[in-house]
Amino acid sequence: MVSLNVNGRIVDLDVNPRMPLLWALRDFVGLTGTKFGCGRALCGACTVHIDGQAARACSIMVGDAVGKTITTIEAVSGPVADAVRAAWQKLDVVQCGYCQSGQIMSAITLLTGNRKPNDEDIDLGMEGNICRCGTYQRIRAAIHEAASTLG
Amino acid sequence: MPMITPAFKPSRRDFLREAAATIGVFTLGTFIPFGPARAEGGGPAPGPFDPNIFLQISPDNTVTLISKHFEMGQGVTTGLATLVAEELDADWSQMRFVFAPANAALYNNLLFGPVQATGGSTSTAEAFTQMRQVGAAARAMLVSAAAAKWGVPASEIAISQGVVSQGANRATLAELAEAAMRMPVPQKVSLKEPKAWKLIGTHVPRLDSVAKTTGAAVFALDVRRPGMLTAVVRHPDVFGATVASFDATDARKVDGVVDVQQLPTGVAVYATNTWAAIEGRKVLRVSWDTSKAETRSTAQIFDEYRDLLAQPGLQAVKRGDASAALARAAKIVEAEFTFPYLAHAPMEPLNCTMELSANGAEIWSGCQLQTIDQFVAAQILGLKPEQVKINTFFGGGSFGRRGNPVADWVAELAFAAKAIGGRAPVHLVWTREDDIKGGFYRPMVLHRVRAGVTADGAISGWQHQLVSKSIFTGTPFESSSVKEGLDASSVEGVSDTDYAIPDFDVRQHNVTTPLPVLWWRSVGNSHTAFAMETAIDELAALAGKDPVAFRTALLAHDPRDVAVIRLAAEKSGWGSPIAGAGRGRGIAFHHSFGTRIAMVADVTVHGTTIQVERMVAAADVGVPVNPDVIAAQIEGAIGFALSMVLRNQITLRGGVVQQGNFDDYEPTRMREMPKVEVHIVPSTEPPSGIGEPGVPPVAPAIGNAVAAATGTRLHGLPLGFATLSG
Ligand code: FES
Ligand code: FES
Repeated sequence: MVSLNVNGRIVDLDVNPRMPLLWALRDFVGLTGTKFGCGRALCGACTVHIDGQAARACSIMVGDAVGKTITTIEAVSGPVADAVRAAWQKLDVVQCGYCQSGQIMSAITLLTGNRKPNDEDIDLGMEGNICRCGTYQRIRAAIHEAASTLG
Repeated sequence: MPMITPAFKPSRRDFLREAAATIGVFTLGTFIPFGPARAEGGGPAPGPFDPNIFLQISPDNTVTLISKHFEMGQGVTTGLATLVAEELDADWSQMRFVFAPANAALYNNLLFGPVQATGGSTSTAEAFTQMRQVGAAARAMLVSAAAAKWGVPASEIAISQGVVSQGANRATLAELAEAAMRMPVPQKVSLKEPKAWKLIGTHVPRLDSVAKTTGAAVFALDVRRPGMLTAVVRHPDVFGATVASFDATDARKVDGVVDVQQLPTGVAVYATNTWAAIEGRKVLRVSWDTSKAETRSTAQIFDEYRDLLAQPGLQAVKRGDASAALARAAKIVEAEFTFPYLAHAPMEPLNCTMELSANGAEIWSGCQLQTIDQFVAAQILGLKPEQVKINTFFGGGSFGRRGNPVADWVAELAFAAKAIGGRAPVHLVWTREDDIKGGFYRPMVLHRVRAGVTADGAISGWQHQLVSKSIFTGTPFESSSVKEGLDASSVEGVSDTDYAIPDFDVRQHNVTTPLPVLWWRSVGNSHTAFAMETAIDELAALAGKDPVAFRTALLAHDPRDVAVIRLAAEKSGWGSPIAGAGRGRGIAFHHSFGTRIAMVADVTVHGTTIQVERMVAAADVGVPVNPDVIAAQIEGAIGFALSMVLRNQITLRGGVVQQGNFDDYEPTRMREMPKVEVHIVPSTEPPSGIGEPGVPPVAPAIGNAVAAATGTRLHGLPLGFATLSG
């Protein structure tokens, strides 16, 4: 039995501690907003927050997430999250949308650490998140937009 | 995509039964108008714009489009809802959508039919009139209901932003929906003049933005059924291999693995969760029969392609006398263009869930071709197509991969569900490696071009040979798309070029390989545009002409072509010098899926690194239903296509695919994305597609800019792809 703190709730899971957090969230906790894209920390579709920092859930074992605070797209909140979501919606960033949970989680981490990122900061902060639909131009614009609404 | 073969043509009886089966959709609220009982009762079949098939008005005053088309990011659900809302005079904030159930009779793609299909950039074009008629018919019925309720002439009733009014009378759409349901469906409706449009041509927000930014959007991978098992399949390393034997002893020991079964495509491991299935597959031992498999390497295959060029090939176009014209040309370009296999690599790997019951099968999927999927699953399961129910979900990208005429992954799932006797719902999940290594690639293609130009810039002879595996041969589309061996999709973009080429000779050579190929965003245009637009640019240089002026002179007979080229040139500052070492600017134009797009690329080349700084696009899509979605599709097409320009290729060594995930088949990343500007030509012509046509001009615009920057012409993709690996 493994105990995880997910979205402010303690969940007890009967899983192998070596199971990647991604599959525990999706198949056992029932949180499917976190996506599977590559399984090897190459695409960022599975990005969640662990202790407030963006992390790839496909490459963290459940056992290593014990005692940490895990937040997923379904529950991420606060002024930065609100600003990011609002900017994403205002600029209609999404296309297929499959990468966007991860993009948003990474953007929140970026803006939390840097309220006024320039284009290079965005390139760096979003480097690990692939969008096969090619929405990068709008992601960049939405991060700037969120930064300006955060003031 | 072509017309569907008659094999899928539903009979009249099927049509009626299926129409009746859709009643379920209309029991969710109060609807406009009544259920399709009239069809069941032998009366006239529902008309093509009967609102009860496409629209639902609920007591909470939301108006829900029942979308015949699949949403894979292209914005079609927003577009179709815009068309309905426009004629209904609904308020945009009350619009919603759901995906229609699979039913070819009701949700027929009017350009392919009868088949329910999303593809070939046809959705807006095929539904443009129909969806407006649906809105207009529903509006007329609401007006009739209001007239009856208030005892006033219908001519006095107005609807604006979802409010029905006459004098002091006011009603919401929901308040009138019940009565409107009972009104006859008008046999004929008139549509607004374009100048009266309030929503079409404006930026209405996407209907799926909120769900896709909160984690609420449900994709096929998110489907959960009680007692569901997840299956992953060990596929062979080489195409065409089959299972000789397998040993599942270790796989079955993995906690969570409950079964292992042989399928025609490999060996399936079934588990109670995804990770267990993946772990079980790792320790599965399979030996393969490779006697009929593809075991060649890419370089060897290309050599065999080159040998084929010595053969006469199949004549796709013959106009005038190309060789005589070439003999009198002032200058000649001769070039060979190489294009690798490409995987679609949608972000959501292929997956699908199936449940078998005594009455049939139910599928939860993200699919472009519901009718094909029904047909394929039914054949495997020994059912009738209408016994296969499909629930459509958001697709996490597709680029053509989720619409396969042989429905490979649906077929694999049907075998997997059948292999365990349907005792549990099965969710078939492909990993990224399954996706990248799984075939159904954009074909590997070789072009050889010999083209001449006169001293004053006219084309003087063009011979074009092209070697590819046919996409359509061997599929249910073959009879309608392949004529005497000629597959139009192999040469589209060459054979139908808009350029004035009076002496034109186009030949096609087909190759065979067990490696399956498939349409990939823009199909043949994904390679033909590069060959055409590179050769045109070279001819312009040989003729000493400006690339823009050279093109517009050759396209003078088509003012719409000329207009997009001029617009892109003007907006990009074409003709003004582009300063800096290693910098260059290039243009390309292509007309595909009815849409004309010109792009100007600004690049900087440092050594072998190409940085694309800016892309300026001009597009003529006819009526731009939602200009922001059009801009998004072009921006996205640039981001998507850039990966094939810069690096993506699937190569084989001894038949084994050398790539497997996003490290060796890496899509474009944020830092590589150029600044994109999109300019849309105002138009009242019927709308054409936008999902695919943004792709073709990207590579040649960049290639032409690289040539301008460096003086070096690159004749293959990815750029710099001189010799194939493998
Ligand atoms: S699925 Fe975790 S980074 Fe791709
Ligand atoms: S929106 Fe489709 S992958 Fe990013």
